[in-house]
Amino acid sequence: MNSVILRAGTSYLAGLLLVFSVYMMLRGHNEPGGGFIGGLTGATGFVLYAIGCSVGEARKALRVLPQTIAVWGLGIALAAGLFAAVFGDALFTGQWLFIGATEDDKGLPLSSVLVFDIGVYLVVFGSVLTLVFAMEEEI
Amino acid sequence: MEVLFAITIGVLVAASVYLMLSNHLLRFIFGLVLISNAANLTIFVAGRLTDGAPPLIPVGADAPVIAANALPQALVLTAIVIGFGLFAFAIVLVFRAWTSLNSLTPDEMRLAEPEETPK
Amino acid sequence: MADGVAHNARGNGWVGIVPVLFAAALFTYFVSLMPTIAGLEAIRFAAPWIPSLGIEFAFLVDGLSLTFALLISGIGTLVLLYSNTYLAGHPQYARFALFLTAFMVSMLGLVLADDLILLFVFWELTTFTSYMLIGFSHDSEKSRRNALQALFVTGAGGLAFLAGLIMLGAITGTSSISEILTMGEALKAHALYVPILILLLAGTFTKSAQVPFHFWLPNAMAAPTPVSAFLHSATMVKAGVYVMARMHPAMSGTDIWLWTLTIFGAVTAVFASFLSLRQTDLKQALAYTTLMALGTLTLFLGQESGYAMTAFAAFLIVHSLYKASLFLIVGCIDKSTGTRETDQLGGLARLMPVTTVAAALAAMSMAGFPPFLGFIGKELKYAGAIAVTSEPVLVAGAALLANSLMLAVAGVVAFRPFWRGTVPSTQSPKEAPWQMLAGPVILASLGALFGIYPDLLQTALIDPTVLSLTGQIEEAKELKLWAGVNIPLVLSIATFVLGLIIYAFHVQVRAVIERVFSALPNLDRGWDRFLDALKAFAKWQTNIVQNGRLSSYTYVTFLTIAAGIFLTFLYTGLPAITVDLSDVEWKHTSIALLIAAGALLTLFTNSRIAAIAALGVVGIGIALIFIVFSAPDVAITQLLVETLIVVLVAVVMLRLPLLPKMEFRLNHAVLSVAVGAAVSLILISVVSSPLDLRLTEYFEVTSWPEAYGRNIVNVILVDFRALDTFGEIAVVVIAALSAYALLRTTRKGDEK
Repeated sequence: MNSVILRAGTSYLAGLLLVFSVYMMLRGHNEPGGGFIGGLTGATGFVLYAIGCSVGEARKALRVLPQTIAVWGLGIALAAGLFAAVFGDALFTGQWLFIGATEDDKGLPLSSVLVFDIGVYLVVFGSVLTLVFAMEEEI
Repeated sequence: MEVLFAITIGVLVAASVYLMLSNHLLRFIFGLVLISNAANLTIFVAGRLTDGAPPLIPVGADAPVIAANALPQALVLTAIVIGFGLFAFAIVLVFRAWTSLNSLTPDEMRLAEPEETPK
Repeated sequence: MADGVAHNARGNGWVGIVPVLFAAALFTYFVSLMPTIAGLEAIRFAAPWIPSLGIEFAFLVDGLSLTFALLISGIGTLVLLYSNTYLAGHPQYARFALFLTAFMVSMLGLVLADDLILLFVFWELTTFTSYMLIGFSHDSEKSRRNALQALFVTGAGGLAFLAGLIMLGAITGTSSISEILTMGEALKAHALYVPILILLLAGTFTKSAQVPFHFWLPNAMAAPTPVSAFLHSATMVKAGVYVMARMHPAMSGTDIWLWTLTIFGAVTAVFASFLSLRQTDLKQALAYTTLMALGTLTLFLGQESGYAMTAFAAFLIVHSLYKASLFLIVGCIDKSTGTRETDQLGGLARLMPVTTVAAALAAMSMAGFPPFLGFIGKELKYAGAIAVTSEPVLVAGAALLANSLMLAVAGVVAFRPFWRGTVPSTQSPKEAPWQMLAGPVILASLGALFGIYPDLLQTALIDPTVLSLTGQIEEAKELKLWAGVNIPLVLSIATFVLGLIIYAFHVQVRAVIERVFSALPNLDRGWDRFLDALKAFAKWQTNIVQNGRLSSYTYVTFLTIAAGIFLTFLYTGLPAITVDLSDVEWKHTSIALLIAAGALLTLFTNSRIAAIAALGVVGIGIALIFIVFSAPDVAITQLLVETLIVVLVAVVMLRLPLLPKMEFRLNHAVLSVAVGAAVSLILISVVSSPLDLRLTEYFEVTSWPEAYGRNIVNVILVDFRALDTFGEIAVVVIAALSAYALLRTTRKGDEK
């Protein structure tokens, strides 16, 4: 598709979707969202970019091969699960760390669950892009 | 109202079965999409329908007072993503079948097991 | 060259030596048990194996099992020693030694096992190792076919045997063989006695190659000669005989036992003797004499008398000694002359003196000349035959005929090649090395030694064996070279006369036998026809069941689903359903109609674009359901996936051909409606019954206090059921990579 407006528009839109996807993932534990939704949103952004510009440019913007991202995501999710075993808990038991916690406020929570969700995000993101890029290119 | 959607699911399943029985791969794929939608909806409806109460815990409370059944939602959410993976794989398979065998009729694809000529 | 293998002077190194030492150590161990057994005691060893089923790792050493164990380990040692030279430098000798040693251990386990299940495990292990050994020359098609035949015949019998053992264990309530043996009376009175007997005998008759299951044994001679000597004369084929002997105290004494064993045994013995004389190949001739011996042993086990039991014990030992020895001698002849055909052999006595002497000793034992053990065995055979309660004339007649023929065969196998004729000029035979002579010489000499001093055997092995068989030591009859002038002696003399006459005219007799037997149905060829028919049947039914048509697979699958559900309804009645449509609002109805319309449009359209749009409508409709019924996460996911599906379909669809016109098929329509209706019915009945919400409630109350998350769906996904989610994202990765690989690989293929 050769449209200047589309090209210009999608590059901004894609960036916006990517930021939004990260936001969706991070808020997922308390509000609607999460790794699956975040990953799909982020992927949609890049798919849009690939349609608007070209797969080659989308790949260039991504820098890393999408399948590499997917497999890394799987590894991160697994590591988050195995992390619990270090503390003697059953696999995939959530581990939490609250930074700056007070009586009323739990502060900034960091958890292995969040890491797991990031893994899910990367898997979905990477897998969808692997598929779409390959199909756009090969077909 | 669950009954209404149960009947809707019946229509979806009937349509998808008829599509999957047709001897054409593209229609088979349509049937596959419909039947995985029907399956997701079945799980969701079987967990009962609750209007206007998402399974979110309000700030300050320890548990929701009234909320939709969260378990089927979690099951369906992953099922949708996996269904997408399956669909993508299936459509790639169909496409490759078309480019290498030049046919979308599965009964004509006898590369591995050629039709036996009657003796 | 012999067995189609290359030989050279190189040895087999430690691979050849270790098995011999191992077997010798076992033999020494069993010899050390002899004094205890001779004292008429039994040794039992047991360890728990599957305690919940009462199955033990139990072994019992008594007279019967020790006799077998000594034969197996003793002959095993000599055969392994012999093989190390016979197959010297064979590239696969390690494999051979492994199989042969494994076979020996299995066989020892079989005869020592005191537990039905353990017995069966070893039984099948001998079948399996035997299969590997018969098919050792696996580059020969004949060898493979014969190995498979032996496996099928004995394996089929083994299945029947297992069924018999399980029934036996079920009615006696124990799997311990020694306990079962004490329950003989109850067992014989039980309604299942006859079925059990038939099943067990099906196993033992196939294993011990009784007519009409005999045809696999001569074919099993495709194995290297040491294997034939060990498995198909001295040990494995006697496994069936062993089991019959083991069960003798508990199961014998009924008419069906007596007649079945007598008739099968007698027919096998006589039939095999005739066939044996017909053979011109030395190994084949010996194979049939083995059948004769197995028939005779079965015949004895049918009886009850002490004579028959003593004769069984004595003949068992005699036969193993001379038959293993003769097989090994045939191997020596084969190796030095390159042939086993009787009419191409002659005058070997001068060139192979040691072999000649061993052959003469073994053959005289086989023919039953005094003072060899074979003579005593034969006298006992006649004494046992006369003591037969049922039909002494028939049994004695069968024994007389079989023995005379044996004598003739002994002459053909072990006399003629050495003393008659001259060495053909094409051959330059010479004596085999000592490792190969040790076996035949020792075994044949033992036959002579025990004949002259039968007392050596009497207390050590014969008496304990008879004790195992009858439970009474008084039943054991004395082994005597000279028992005075009596009917057995007269019959012996008749045997010599008849046997020598047959030998003198064996060429003419062979021609007669040839004519008679070629008129009989050939079971071996029948086997091939049976297998061909089986394969044709398999192909026929595969073509029906797996016809390679996706449409019929799908049809059958959905038909099965519909039939399964509706037949269940027919059987249990329709599920209780309550239809409550009072709370339906207009928005619900419109969403339902939207989805139904989308589905039907997908069904009926012939346009690709319309179909994609209709699919989108269905997807959006379902997303609307999620939105209306409080599932924001699912709704977002559904919408995003719908978007991506449209992208993919749009990419692919443009390259695919147009849809053909949809043809209406009434049977497909009926089936589709049936499946749809079944799903609706089940779902309505599900929502009509109360829902168990305990799990959901657990997630609701623990989600925030324990998992610090307010979005319960997300907490379930990433915390409570994180392992499931991990599995699911792994599936997503695999699907993506497979599709990617499918796209990439084929493109490269297309470019070629």
